[in-house]
Amino acid sequence: MRHITSITDLSLTEIDQLIETAQDIIEHPVKYRDLCRYKKLATLFFEPSTRTRLSFEAAMYELGGQVLGFSEANSSSAAKGESVADTIRTVCCYADIIAMRHPKEGAPTVASQVASVPIINAGDGGHNHPTQTLTDLLTIKMEKGHLDNLTVGLCGDLKFGRTVHSLITAMCRYPGIRFVLISPEELKVPSYVKIPLKEGQVPYSQTTDLMSVMPELDILYMTRVQRERFFNEADYIRLKDSYILTPEKLQSAKDDLRILHPLPRVNEISTAIDADPRAVYFKQALYGKYIRMALILMLLEVKA
Amino acid sequence: MNIDSINNGIVIDHIKAGQAMKIYDFLELDKLDCAVAIIKNATSNKQGKKDIIKIDSQLDVDLNALGYIDPSITINIIVDGVRVKKYHPELPLTITNIIRCKNPRCITSTEQELPHVFKLTNREKDEYRCIYCESRASI
Ligand SMILES: [Zn+2]
Repeated sequence: MRHITSITDLSLTEIDQLIETAQDIIEHPVKYRDLCRYKKLATLFFEPSTRTRLSFEAAMYELGGQVLGFSEANSSSAAKGESVADTIRTVCCYADIIAMRHPKEGAPTVASQVASVPIINAGDGGHNHPTQTLTDLLTIKMEKGHLDNLTVGLCGDLKFGRTVHSLITAMCRYPGIRFVLISPEELKVPSYVKIPLKEGQVPYSQTTDLMSVMPELDILYMTRVQRERFFNEADYIRLKDSYILTPEKLQSAKDDLRILHPLPRVNEISTAIDADPRAVYFKQALYGKYIRMALILMLLEVKA
Repeated sequence: MNIDSINNGIVIDHIKAGQAMKIYDFLELDKLDCAVAIIKNATSNKQGKKDIIKIDSQLDVDLNALGYIDPSITINIIVDGVRVKKYHPELPLTITNIIRCKNPRCITSTEQELPHVFKLTNREKDEYRCIYCESRASI
C-alpha cells in the first residue's frame, strides 16, 4: 500500500503509466465503469474546495465506486478538536481510499503515518497538490501529443503559485523542455524552485513582458495575480493588466499554442478567449477527472 | 575541579569559537550536578580559536545529535583518566524533538502532540527539513 502526498512520490515511469491509463480511460470508458464496484472513496475536505472534491467524486463514481466524506471542517469532527490522526484512523474503518484536503502543510503526511488505506493529498495549504500537477501533465500530453521538446511559458504569480512550482519540478525531467518565466519582479520564481532547473541544466529565461515572448510558446500556463500579494495598491494596479490575457495579446501566438489555467479564473484570462481552440482550461478540468481515476486504480491496485 | 584532568567524563573539543553555550544549553548541562568547565576562545592549531566543554561524568545522551549543531567538533570519552574513544559526531539522519518547526502554516503548529521531526536532506549543506511541511530547519 502506498500514499501520494507529493508529485515526487511518483517516478517518471509511474507518471507516464498514469497518463497512459488516463488516455485509455478516455478511449474506452466502458472498460473501466465497474472496476471499483463495492469500493468507497472518502473525500475529507478540512477546507472547502468544491472543484477538486467534485473531480475526485466524479472519478470514483465513473469507476463504479461510492463516495462518503465531508466538504468543510465545520461539519466534521475536526471542528470539535479531533486530531488528523484520529480522524484518519476512524475513516480507515469505513473507506478503501482517502482523498484529503487540509489547510495546514504536511497534514497528509501525518495521515499517511497512521492510515491503513491509501491517502491522496488533494492539497495541503500552499504546499503540495499532486493531482493538479498530474492534471496539467495529462492536459499537455493530450493536447500536444508529447511532454518533451516544448517551450513552456508560465505567467503570473510565480512566487506563491504552488501549481507552477510542482509543474516545473515535474516537467524538467523530460528532455528538450525550455521554460519562459513571465512575472512581475515582485512575483518571480523563488530561487529554491530554480534548483532543479540548474541541476538538470534545463534552459529557462525570465521576463516581465508577456507580449514579447508570446510567439515562442507551445504552452502558456496562466495563474492569478492576487491583490494581497502586493505591498501597495499602486503596484498592483500598475501591473495587473500586463498579466491579463486578451485576444490582442494572443495575435502573435502560434496556432498550436495551448493555454492552461488551474482554475478558478478571476479576470486573468479574458472571457473573449474561451471560444478560441487554443484555450483548454475547461478541458483541463475534464482531464483532471480522468487522471484521478487512473490514480485511484493504481493505489487500489485494480487492473482493467 | 582541575580543568585539565577529568577522570571519568566527556571532553567536547574543537567547538567553533562562541558556540559552547549553544551546546551547553542543548545538552541541558545546567541540570547536571557534576563539574562542568567551559573554556572559551582557547588557542587551536587548526581553527585559530575554539571552545571546549569538559563534563566530569558520563552523559546518557546521543552525542551524535551534536553533529547537527556543529559537525566539526570532536568528542573524547575519558575513563579512569585515559581517553578511550575519540570521534566526530555523524550528522544524524533524523532529529526528533530537538528543534521545532517554525513554519506557522505547518500542521505541527496546530497539532501539539505531533513530534517535531527533521530529516537530513543535504549532507554537504547541513540541511534538515521538516518531514511535514519541508521547511528548512534553523537553529
Ligand atoms: Zn513543518
